[in-house]
Amino acid sequence: MSVKVSETLTVECETGNYHTFCPISCVSWLYQKIEDSFFLVVGTKTCGYFLQNALGVMIFAEPRYAMAELEEGDISAQLNDYEGLKRLCIRIKKDRDPSVIIWIGTCTTEIIKMDLEGMAPKLEWEIGIPILVARANGLDYAFTQGEDTVLAAMAHRCPEPEFSVSERKKTIQNVFTFHSIKKKELDEYANNPSLVLFGSLPSNVASQLNLELKRQSIKVSGWLPSQRYTDLPSLGDGVYVCGVNPFLSRTATTLIRRKKCELIGAPFPIGPDGTRAWIEKICPVFGVETQDLEEREERIWESLKDYLDLVRGKSVFFMGDNILEVSLARFLIRCGMIVHEIGIPYMDKRYQAAELLLLQDTCMKMCVPIPRIVEKPDNSNQIRRIRELQPDLAITGMAHANPLEARGISTKWSVEFTFAQIHGFANARDLLELVTRPLRRQKNLEDLDQTTLVIKKNKF
Amino acid sequence: MKLAYWMYAGPAHIGTLRVASSFKNVHAIMHAPLGDDYFNVMRSMLERERDFTAATTSIVDRHVLARGSQERVVDNILRKDREERPDLIILTPTCTSSILQEDLQNFVYRASIISDSNVIFADVDHYQVNEIQAADRTLEQIVRYYLDRCYRQEKLDQFLTNVPSVNIIGIFTLGFHNQHDCRELRRLLRDLDIGINQIIPEGGSVEDLENLPKAWFNLIPYREVGLMTAMYLNKEYGMPYISTAPMGAVDMAEWVRQIQKKVNTLALISSIKRVDYEHYIDGQTRFVSQAAWFSRSIDCQNLTGKETVVFGDATHAASITKILAREMGIRVSCSGTYCKHDAEWFKEQIQGFSDEILITDDHAEVGDMIAHVEPSAIFGTQMERHIGKRLNIPCGVISAPVHIQNFPLGYRPFLGYEGTNQIADLVYNSFALGMEDHLLDIFGGHDTKEVITKSLSTDTGLIWNPESRLELSKIPRFVREKVKRNTEKLARQKGIETITVEVMYAAKEVFNS
Repeated sequence: MSVKVSETLTVECETGNYHTFCPISCVSWLYQKIEDSFFLVVGTKTCGYFLQNALGVMIFAEPRYAMAELEEGDISAQLNDYEGLKRLCIRIKKDRDPSVIIWIGTCTTEIIKMDLEGMAPKLEWEIGIPILVARANGLDYAFTQGEDTVLAAMAHRCPEPEFSVSERKKTIQNVFTFHSIKKKELDEYANNPSLVLFGSLPSNVASQLNLELKRQSIKVSGWLPSQRYTDLPSLGDGVYVCGVNPFLSRTATTLIRRKKCELIGAPFPIGPDGTRAWIEKICPVFGVETQDLEEREERIWESLKDYLDLVRGKSVFFMGDNILEVSLARFLIRCGMIVHEIGIPYMDKRYQAAELLLLQDTCMKMCVPIPRIVEKPDNSNQIRRIRELQPDLAITGMAHANPLEARGISTKWSVEFTFAQIHGFANARDLLELVTRPLRRQKNLEDLDQTTLVIKKNKF
Repeated sequence: MKLAYWMYAGPAHIGTLRVASSFKNVHAIMHAPLGDDYFNVMRSMLERERDFTAATTSIVDRHVLARGSQERVVDNILRKDREERPDLIILTPTCTSSILQEDLQNFVYRASIISDSNVIFADVDHYQVNEIQAADRTLEQIVRYYLDRCYRQEKLDQFLTNVPSVNIIGIFTLGFHNQHDCRELRRLLRDLDIGINQIIPEGGSVEDLENLPKAWFNLIPYREVGLMTAMYLNKEYGMPYISTAPMGAVDMAEWVRQIQKKVNTLALISSIKRVDYEHYIDGQTRFVSQAAWFSRSIDCQNLTGKETVVFGDATHAASITKILAREMGIRVSCSGTYCKHDAEWFKEQIQGFSDEILITDDHAEVGDMIAHVEPSAIFGTQMERHIGKRLNIPCGVISAPVHIQNFPLGYRPFLGYEGTNQIADLVYNSFALGMEDHLLDIFGGHDTKEVITKSLSTDTGLIWNPESRLELSKIPRFVREKVKRNTEKLARQKGIETITVEVMYAAKEVFNS
């Protein structure tokens, strides 16, 4: 291959005029994940309109979220914020009785400097429900970063690990358990310090990853977030943490600095290559040698063969809106695709260090140049570049998808990657299913074009 | 501060953007934080628009909070001017950025000096008006801007066209069946031998706005958007207008008669033959529209006295109420609108056609009312459709807010004679389904035989341990059976007796590939 392989990785920065979802959209998946929560978005009609339309059908299913809609009196401080929020929260408590209320601060609460963090503890004490504050606003964050702000706030509420209690439990169990299997199981896990994974995943994807680590004799002691707020994992000195999604840099920082946890920097378990690299980073920390991992990855790749034939040699352009882009691009390069550009809203080089390294290695291995990474992209510039490059696939937001399709560029709606199950070995196929869908559709329609258009031409 | 889950009308800037992006070659710039450009998604998705929506954001971020936008807004305007060469650029704030109280008007002024495009600032208050009112205002503002300019330059040509002609005002993007209604209106006017001077804003060009006064009069099919423009044109240029919605056979006839009157008044001056449309009305009502016959047919007899609830925007809710009550003999127990600003007109319109009137924009209140009345059918927005689902009452969607189903590809006007047919179908189908459902209920459902052959699961042999059973229950219901079947299949193949979570996911890997 005569392609010049660039060895260095550069991150460019553009104007930041790009389309993405507002970070308050995180309530749509978080309220489903955390079953006993209630999300209260403190904002204006604009926020409400966005949620109502973006969430579509979910809105009619009595969701556990609502808007605290600010009116003119709230903006001009004629009304008392504290009293207003108290009234709404008491009503929520009465109607839904959640275990936690999460206030989502928006652009408006930032601008009018509403002191949500100050009011929350007071109100929490007064009404007896924990109140968390997450500033998931469009002034500072993009789309998936909303989850990051919520999880960072939630990390503060995780209990300290009670070593003494668990030690005692263990000895008691040792005394009373004579059953050999149970003892063996205990021994298997006994020496490991605890490992907490962070990032919101559908519960069956979370248990798939748990199982994956269990195969390597590593026990996951908890997830942030857990299925219920009341089951938050213990965090503290000596607890190892590892992220499963690339947009959780604030959460990672909070866990390191405030909770004194040890962060395992690893690529993210997206695609079989990512999953293997993720496990390979975790295992040595616990002094475990990986077993059967390479073969397992091989088997997964083998099972993807039909899809790989479809994508090999095709080119992709990421416009960027959900920060999963680097991981997805790395996976697609490994699948044999050529990536023109990785647009990304925000690039935390430290948190994503291992992922970037794997991207570099993958490019070397596949003999392709390292794609340009464009932080805070400019959509109109990107569209110009797409026009020049004519990629086989553009991964982009819904605002541009139909217009690009109309111009003959196949597109995949990027938001689907946020909602689909893409983590771990078992979901690699689902991931490629998404990527290949426009390519397969195009293939089907090509045949259609030939037949129907020819007949039409003959007719007229 | 109020607790809200749902709203009928969106924030003001959506209205402005809808008007701006309906015109040809007009670009809208939002002064807004990241993520407020959701309008582009809606237009691209709901309207299945093939072109890029001409709306961009001048992003408000932390730096703007600290230092103000400074040159940024002006730069963004000038950049769009250079790149797209639009005729007009409209700058609009959003709820959030309007609190910043930056002097956007000043930015617009500065940009307009340098740019080739005209630049205006959307004059809407985000805490006073909603999407609908903002659209109305913005349309008037644009028309006023171009006519005033033309008037000042003394280029305004006010001579009427030789033959009778009209402007249709208020057809625009993301409007409820607007495209189809527009096509139907064109057809009607062609039948009546009336020319169309301009249709705005959809597909219109701002440079042509100066020719608006050449039309004989204006048609305002929906009073929500366009009425302000019509009143302005009436006041400044003496143009008469018709704001009756030609929806339903009776109002349709009334609308044609109004047109006849307007044409004949001006015909005296223009030395054109007087027109008489009575014959046309009669023919259309009896033979093109099936609605009149339909309401006399035996089918419709069954609907007599059935109770309904109607809710929607002022135009559609009022028209549908009148159609149900006076054209189909159906009892409207309650009729309401979320257009609170137009409540007086609405009440006056449906006087005598509805038992109760409800003016609210709180969907919970509408839901409670429906639950209380227990009608046989609802005619409302998407929200009422979902209320109906929960209460098991059929619902026909007659008004925005809507979703993608309400942007049909097929021809579905609500206005005109074809519209009467569409509405009759909609009404009848809603009720028929309700009846069918009711009868099925009495006679015990469609098919009581259970489908058992599809499942391979038997209770013999395999044991699901508690963890795997819990895991299975977390899997979405629509795939749960399949997962269960596949897992048990694998367990049988491998001779496993107790199913664990591991077996479940092993099965997923085996059967997925």
